[in-house]
Amino acid sequence: MEVPILKQGDVLIATFQAALSDADLNQLRSGLVRQVVRFRSRGVIVDVTAMDVMDSFASRTLREIAHMIRLRGAETVIVGIQPEVAFAMVQLGLTLEGVATALDLEEGLIYLNEKFETMH
Amino acid sequence: MAQVAHTVKDTKDTRVDNEQTMELTRSDVASELLRELVAHLRQNRTQLREEWVRRISETRLLTAMTKDEIFAEATSVYDSYVEALETGTFEALQAYARNLSERIIPRGVETHEVVGIVLLLRDVLARSLFAKYQTDFKKLNRILDAYEPAANRIANTVAVGFVQERERVIRQQQEAIRELSTPVLQVRERLLILPIIGVIDPQRARQLTEQLLRGIRTNRAKVVVIDITGVAAMDATVANHLVQTVEASRLLGANVIVTGLSPEIAQTLVTIGIDLGKMNTVGDLQGGIEQAERLLGYKVATLAEPS
Repeated sequence: MEVPILKQGDVLIATFQAALSDADLNQLRSGLVRQVVRFRSRGVIVDVTAMDVMDSFASRTLREIAHMIRLRGAETVIVGIQPEVAFAMVQLGLTLEGVATALDLEEGLIYLNEKFETMH
Repeated sequence: MAQVAHTVKDTKDTRVDNEQTMELTRSDVASELLRELVAHLRQNRTQLREEWVRRISETRLLTAMTKDEIFAEATSVYDSYVEALETGTFEALQAYARNLSERIIPRGVETHEVVGIVLLLRDVLARSLFAKYQTDFKKLNRILDAYEPAANRIANTVAVGFVQERERVIRQQQEAIRELSTPVLQVRERLLILPIIGVIDPQRARQLTEQLLRGIRTNRAKVVVIDITGVAAMDATVANHLVQTVEASRLLGANVIVTGLSPEIAQTLVTIGIDLGKMNTVGDLQGGIEQAERLLGYKVATLAEPS
């Protein structure tokens, strides 16, 4: 299932609908990295609220997305990681180092807006 | 030849019959003896019970209870005891033992006391049997054969009942402590504190983490101060768990500040080689809250000069 990418002002929002296959994740990565420059976006929010399992591939892909988007000149924030998922992730050593995280979509937007202000 | 074989078979049959009759008479005799025993115990109820209570206070058991209470309990125990001997069923006694334990455990009665008083009663009753049958040693022996197994089983039942009740109380208390020991408190909008006091074992550490993560989500916290002033030491497993808690909180978008690390815990954390970049630590709780306020953009000012 393909992940829809929505444009909201300066920000691109990708919301995971359910558990995704590895191919879907790869597609999301290339889609986001391409569109972030095409729409001249300054921030990307990946919302994983619907995910109740986060394996190492998904976690690595999220990290790659964040780092690639930084190289393309924008900021990424991962939002909506569930408490149980967060705990399982750290136990597996998947801590998303160097990637910004926020509680939910609203917090993610606040985070990015603060970031944009300091970048001016 | 066939004739002989037949005879042999016959004899065997007769022997089996004999054994069965013997068995029957033996159990008959045993129950007969037990009846006699019970009658004896009923007859001398007052005197034996007083003797037992006297022995209890003599050996300084049940010091947590008054004399009247001991006497009242002794009466019920004595009657249940005789009843169990008579009927050979232990359910009523078991229920009584449980009920008794429930009442006396909160008053600080120890296991050795309960076992002690039951063994005393067993002893008192056996002595009265010795006194009664001292002229007829054979009969005494048979009476003891009937008495001992039942008495042993009674002692066992009461002791096990007491220990089980005690364990139930302990489990209940553990549950209560566990619930009390993990408060996640909101001190300001979006600021939580988690004061941890006492020993942390892996199970408690796990529960702390779960409760904190849930608290972060429900309170929409941005900053969490974990205060471990009340934790004297932690082993490497728990220290690792603390680091994991910090990381998991970050995944939920919350900053964690750990305060009040004792020198021993600092030593543990350095020994297991944690990444200090991931851990934000401040000396004491006050410093931690001040830093949290800075992170949240609060500025604390006094309204006027204190007079």
